[in-house]
Amino acid sequence: MIRFLRKYGRHHRHVLATTLQQLARAPLASLMTVAAIGITLALPTGLYVVIDNLQRMSQGWDTGGQISLFMKRDAAESSIEKLAERVRRMRAVARVDYISRGQALAEFKQLSGFGEALNVLDRNPLPALLVVHPTPGQNPEALQALLRDLRGNDLVETAQLDVDWVRRLHALLALAERAVWSLGALLALAVLLTIGNTIRLAVLNRRDEIEVMKLMGGTDTFIRRPFLYAGVLHGLLGAAVTWVILAVTQLFLSGPIASLAASYGNELRVEGLSVAGSGVLLTAGALLGWLGSRLAVGRHLRAIEPS
Amino acid sequence: MIEFNHVFKRYPGEYDALKNVSFKIERGEMVFVTGHSGAGKTTLLKLISLIERPTRGQAVVNGKNLGKLAVRRVPYFRRDLGIVFQNYKLLFDRSVYDNVALPLLVTGVESREVGKRVRAALDKVGLLPKERLNPIVLSGGEQQRVGIARAIVHRPSLLLADEPTGNVDIVLAEEILDLFLDFNHHGVTVLIATHDQRLITRARKRMLVLKHGEIAHDSPSAAGTPQ
Ligand SMILES: Nc1ncnc2c1ncn2[C@@H]1O[C@H](COP(=O)(O)OP(=O)(O)OP(=O)(O)O)[C@@H](O)[C@H]1O
Ligand SMILES: [Mg+2]
Repeated sequence: MIRFLRKYGRHHRHVLATTLQQLARAPLASLMTVAAIGITLALPTGLYVVIDNLQRMSQGWDTGGQISLFMKRDAAESSIEKLAERVRRMRAVARVDYISRGQALAEFKQLSGFGEALNVLDRNPLPALLVVHPTPGQNPEALQALLRDLRGNDLVETAQLDVDWVRRLHALLALAERAVWSLGALLALAVLLTIGNTIRLAVLNRRDEIEVMKLMGGTDTFIRRPFLYAGVLHGLLGAAVTWVILAVTQLFLSGPIASLAASYGNELRVEGLSVAGSGVLLTAGALLGWLGSRLAVGRHLRAIEPS
Repeated sequence: MIEFNHVFKRYPGEYDALKNVSFKIERGEMVFVTGHSGAGKTTLLKLISLIERPTRGQAVVNGKNLGKLAVRRVPYFRRDLGIVFQNYKLLFDRSVYDNVALPLLVTGVESREVGKRVRAALDKVGLLPKERLNPIVLSGGEQQRVGIARAIVHRPSLLLADEPTGNVDIVLAEEILDLFLDFNHHGVTVLIATHDQRLITRARKRMLVLKHGEIAHDSPSAAGTPQ
């Protein structure tokens, strides 16, 4: 067993050495492949980082919003107060402000500047208003349910949820996240093709060697191995290039972001790819490299038979 | 070691390169295959090394039925073989040493052992001083000898050689023949395809004569019956 492992280790060291030699022999082609992979992966990864940041920032915003309940004009003040009391006790509700018709009119007079003009009206045209503040941290569905619930009350003329724009932002971000994943899948395919093509050329370039290896009793696994290593190496280096691109971009943007943050009272903190994220990126690069070369080698190796 | 029973080989294009070939070669024998150009000598060696498969008939080498051996078993089958190719098949992107080391590499021999065996093989063919050179700078005869060193470095039990003296003068040809006789003396089964009558005469070994793909003559190991 130990002998087998030693033999195995020796062989893999050897394969790694020859793979590196081969990369060094055609540095330009390899460099171009690696750069192409790096740029291809930079797009979805960069977008992911942007969306991640937006999501993190918008989390702090009050997603609770508020619900305005406009009462029917003929609703009695006492029953409105009873309703307010009942709503106040609901679990999804944090606070309820009651603005009576009188208060509403006073406020309106003050804010609108129509003041005296409104005195000519013999009746107060404004309805009473209950401003319901839901407990924070609820998802949009729960808020919608609360809204439906309140709207169903007989005293309520109209009910209006003021969180639509937050909800839209969240929906938009969720959509963008999906889009990034699909874009990522598409570009992963592009990486697969890039690596596959590079490895295909390498296989064709080494036709003679493969033929002789087969004649000397080399198994397909043995012959395939350096190509798989090369694929993994290309993918890994490509992912590393992506990482560098993102890091440089973040550095490049750090000035403007800092001044923007200052204007927001430093609430804004932009984070690059996390350690875990970097790990995922590199692993994905290596896996794509392996898969791309595996697909390319598998087909072309079979086509090369000694004659 | 090798047993052919009514073996046919038809290449695409309806051309029968071998027709109804039957013979048997025992372990430890040394046999020459001769015949005119296009007689089917190379085809015979290609069947034995599983580069081609027989179209009809049964061929057994080293206990393996060549018509039925699974593709994934072929590499392991070839590891018992040493093959000297008519067109050398050397790799010009690496040194003489690395060329000869190939058969050891694919089986994962330890690197210290590799060095010893490669140098011993190169020494046998008189090319030790040229181990660091690229084979492309070598003469035809030297390249051929690199091919021979590569064919023997992993101590095969069956050595196949296709025109191993095609590119060397008579002195060198005899040296190479002596080399093959020496391997044979050490128990290796040797099969040599050649036009070179002088070699066959000198070796006094069994001879298979092919003519248009058929065995025209099978003279036994005739010490004292020069052809
Ligand atoms: N791959 C192939 N496809 C079609 N015909 C072939 C193929 N290989 C060989 N042949 C034909 O089979 C016949 C035997 O060829 P082979 O190479 O075995 O002859 P040979 O005895 O080795 O000749 P030489 O002494 O010139 O090397 C020839 O007529 C050749 O044209
Ligand atoms: Mg021939």
